[in-house]
Amino acid sequence: MMKNTAALELRGISKTYANGRQVLSDLSYALAAGEYVAIMGESGVGKSTLLNLIAGLDIPDTGEIWVDGVVLSAEDDEAATSLRRRDFGFVFQAFHVLPHLTLLQNVALPLLLNHLPFDRAQQMLVAVGLQGREQDFPRQLSGGELQRVAIARALVHRPRLVLADEPTGNLDPDTAQEILQLMRSEIKANGAAGIIVTHSQAAAATADQILLLSKTGLQPVLSHQRV
Amino acid sequence: MSRSLLSRWLLLGEWQAHRLQIVVALIAIALGIAMGFSIHLINTAAVNDFSAAAKSLSGQSDFQVRATQPTFDEMLYPLLAQHESVAVASPILEIQAAVPGVPETDKNNTLKILGIDVYHAAAVTPDLVGVPAEGRAFDMLSDDAIFLSPAAMEWLAVKQGDQLSLRLGTQTVALRVAGGLVRAHAGQRIAVMDIGAAQWRFNHVGLLSRIDLKLKQGVNHPSFKAALEEELPVQYLVTETVDQERRIHNMSRAYRINLNVLALVALFTGAFLVFSTQVLSTLRRRPHFALLRVLGLTRNQILLQILREGGLLGMMGSLLGLGLGYVFAATALHVYGGDLGGGFFPEIKPTIQMSPLAALLFFILGVSVTLLGSLLPAWEAAQAHPASALKSGSEEMALAKLRTPWPALICLLLAAVLTHLPPVAELPLFGYFAIALLLIGGIAWMPSLTALFFSGLFRVFNRLTTGALATLALARLANAPQQAAIALGGVLVSFSLMVAMAIMVTSFRISVEDWLTRILPADLYVRTEVRQDALGFTLQEQQEIAATASIERIDFIRSLQLTLDPARPTVTLIARPIDQADPGHTLPMIDNALNPAEIPLEAIPIWVSEAMVDLYDYQVGKRVALPLSEAQQDYIVAGVWRDYGRQYGAIQMQLTDYKKITGERHVNEVALWLQAGVAPEEMIASLKALPFGESLTFWQPNVIRAISLKIFDRSFAITYLLELMAVGVGLLGVAASFSAQALRRVKEFGMLRHIGVTRGQIYRMLALEGGLLAGFGITIGFLLGGSISLILIFIVNPHSFHWTMELHPPWQWLLIMALAMMMAAAVTALLAGRHAVAGNVIRTVKEDW
Ligand SMILES: Nc1ncnc2c1ncn2[C@@H]1O[C@H](COP(=O)(O)OP(=O)(O)OP(=O)(O)O)[C@@H](O)[C@H]1O
Ligand SMILES: [Mg+2]
Repeated sequence: MMKNTAALELRGISKTYANGRQVLSDLSYALAAGEYVAIMGESGVGKSTLLNLIAGLDIPDTGEIWVDGVVLSAEDDEAATSLRRRDFGFVFQAFHVLPHLTLLQNVALPLLLNHLPFDRAQQMLVAVGLQGREQDFPRQLSGGELQRVAIARALVHRPRLVLADEPTGNLDPDTAQEILQLMRSEIKANGAAGIIVTHSQAAAATADQILLLSKTGLQPVLSHQRV
Repeated sequence: MSRSLLSRWLLLGEWQAHRLQIVVALIAIALGIAMGFSIHLINTAAVNDFSAAAKSLSGQSDFQVRATQPTFDEMLYPLLAQHESVAVASPILEIQAAVPGVPETDKNNTLKILGIDVYHAAAVTPDLVGVPAEGRAFDMLSDDAIFLSPAAMEWLAVKQGDQLSLRLGTQTVALRVAGGLVRAHAGQRIAVMDIGAAQWRFNHVGLLSRIDLKLKQGVNHPSFKAALEEELPVQYLVTETVDQERRIHNMSRAYRINLNVLALVALFTGAFLVFSTQVLSTLRRRPHFALLRVLGLTRNQILLQILREGGLLGMMGSLLGLGLGYVFAATALHVYGGDLGGGFFPEIKPTIQMSPLAALLFFILGVSVTLLGSLLPAWEAAQAHPASALKSGSEEMALAKLRTPWPALICLLLAAVLTHLPPVAELPLFGYFAIALLLIGGIAWMPSLTALFFSGLFRVFNRLTTGALATLALARLANAPQQAAIALGGVLVSFSLMVAMAIMVTSFRISVEDWLTRILPADLYVRTEVRQDALGFTLQEQQEIAATASIERIDFIRSLQLTLDPARPTVTLIARPIDQADPGHTLPMIDNALNPAEIPLEAIPIWVSEAMVDLYDYQVGKRVALPLSEAQQDYIVAGVWRDYGRQYGAIQMQLTDYKKITGERHVNEVALWLQAGVAPEEMIASLKALPFGESLTFWQPNVIRAISLKIFDRSFAITYLLELMAVGVGLLGVAASFSAQALRRVKEFGMLRHIGVTRGQIYRMLALEGGLLAGFGITIGFLLGGSISLILIFIVNPHSFHWTMELHPPWQWLLIMALAMMMAAAVTALLAGRHAVAGNVIRTVKEDW
């Protein structure tokens, strides 16, 4: 294990939207492999923007993003796409599962895309507590159950980095806590690094470390400073 | 392998979840292809069969010599037979004899008889030789023997040895069926007899219709033709078999092309429906595709997936359409005949042949149209930023590009420009382009127009009232108009085409009715049983008719066929008394006739139909030559009249002039005006009492009018059928897109129910939305359809058929249609919404899907 190799490194990232709104400026940060951090910050400060940039879904104006020792190139959509496919897992606030596929099919999507054997889809569904519901459709599930599906899907192909944008924003506190524990344990069990964006102290507390995104950049929050 | 599995999952999931939309898309493609393919099959079947039948008549001859008039003097024969380059010359007399007992309303109530010289014909047209009974070889030359093709025998219900009466002019000829033909084209009705017998028995002594020539080996054909044309007097024409075929093609070309265009319109409607279905379904799935992009599907994979789904849909629809088209064609041929009631291909009964090449072409056409419909939304979906596409409500953003009206306005402008261009190869190609551009421009303009209209209405309405539901309905239409506009596209296309066809057909029909009234001013028309080319009434017979009591006025009319250009169908020459001071009295003139004073003394005035101007450039005031006499004679075009009866051209002249030039005394039609109080039936009875009364047929103008309009309606029947189908498919498309949208709005309805809106109120809101939207679409469809009908009436029709007509929109019917469409749309919207609201709506708010 090369503990000091960063899974993700941001070098001087800036982002201004087409409407002239500067969201991020000269942001740098390094995330170690296997590290699980929470990002907090006021609404509109650019947390989702940052996640999109990391995922290669959007392009920074300046700066470089290194994933696994490879720089995410602005021009090469193919490369960014295959990186996402292989090394990233996603969990969204709005769940985003495909409505016309069964739960098993939804979870198996990353395996299909990466040409990996299917059996892990079944295992992941069991791991998130949805055994026996493989052939159900998303419309038959509650919000919490849908998010379990999303977590299974995010980890099924053993990604190196899981990105989660307010994964519990739509869930009640009890379910949220359950989901967060599940996510943490699954990320750790699969040896992935993770970034969770959240507004909730309780949610952030499940991470190894809490970071605060503000106009001045990304700063670690010490436990006594917690709001 | 796993990619294709994913692709299958996505496809099956999508199709299972949206069965109605998939079925509508399938039907749309299938109907479009079916209409195009069936019309193609019918046309080729009819034309091929007719060409083959015509070819068997000209046999293996290299050239045919005929005259500009139907018959010529047989003195020409020895001249050609002894020509140094000619191997065989076969003289032929062609007679159209009437069959007593067959009603004249039957479009082909005549039997074509070929008088042949059997020894020469055997060398040139061996198929056309009679097969006499065993031991009666001399029947071939016998003066009462006639040989019939199987189809003719069947039609006349006679067999070998039976008697057969035929009639020409006022004469009846009794003949004996001596046998069949060596070989006749299937379904072709034709008879053969000895040429001498035919000349004698049918009163054509010394006359021939044509001479078929077979040249000696090694003779250069083009130079022989040129030399012969030089040698022969001007009224003779040297034609080749290809001329014959070209003529057949020219004859029905405009009609066939119009049908093909109609089929293309159907295809276009189908294509548009497929297009809008694909656009809407891709938009709906935009967040799904965005998710797949996030999960690692590349742009190309997304693009391929959408195209694959569209391609599969296109293949299934096209296959279905080919099958349907074959069935349509077979049924239509069975019911209407090869010209779909148009009257272009008498004497044959074509059968359909499946052509694999044509089928393949139509298949490819169907699949490519569907792919094209998928390509645009697929491209958009693949290019979209996954991050923003994941957010709900992003579809309208994707459609925002449609708000720019410029491409639409450019299309409309271009359409306007194209309407000013002349026809290409006698076809209104630019007219058709203009129609296509109008439709495309109209559809493309809808989104921005809808936005403009409803946001204006919304603003006005807000000031006037606070009705919550109406406000909600209007707000939605004002703010999310793009999807509404796309859903409306289907109605817009089918409705505007329906309006266009309705206006065109009604205008045409009313113009034809007017024309029939003006062209048939007399109380009674008398003809000998055969109109064309018969010698008709002798001078003696004319006097006897005129001497009949109770006649107020009598006009004698002589009509005959002239060949002015061997590659075109014949032109009808009609000689009758014409009011020279005011020709509008006699003919349905269209303006700018010459003043009687402007007609020079040495030139003979003729009045020509509009087709003559288009086809032969017979402009008013122009001096022209007609092949009526050996002597040089100038004719001047004194005016143009409208003729819906003969699209290949007709010329009218004074009967006195005609008699003077040709020296002929016969006429073949008599127009009678009766004294007041005399019923046509009484007059018919007294004319029947004349010695030749048996051979007369009588026509009352109202009967002719009724028959003509019946034929008219029949030939447009297929049009109505196509229209109805287009509208049906259009409404189906509306139903599908309304219900899809209602399903997408389940959450919105849930929210409304949450805040205390009743179910009934939601239904009313939906009906209002559907009605408003349809009302707007129908209004635009009206304007669009009206413009298209103007192009059809003032460009396409004159260019294809060489006649003009006046505009007569069927307001009442259009209004009823519009209301019916609006109701249908409102009910559809309501039903679609009911389906969506019926479930547990309130629950849906919680979920994101
Ligand atoms: N596509 C866009 N175009 C223009 N501005 C945008 C776009 N997306 C986001 N923004 C703006 O950028 C800023 C940062 O947005 P972002 O979504 O990253 O915020 P956030 O930190 O995730 O907020 P929240 O906690 O509310 O989700 C916001 O002010 C937002 O208005
Ligand atoms: Mg956010």
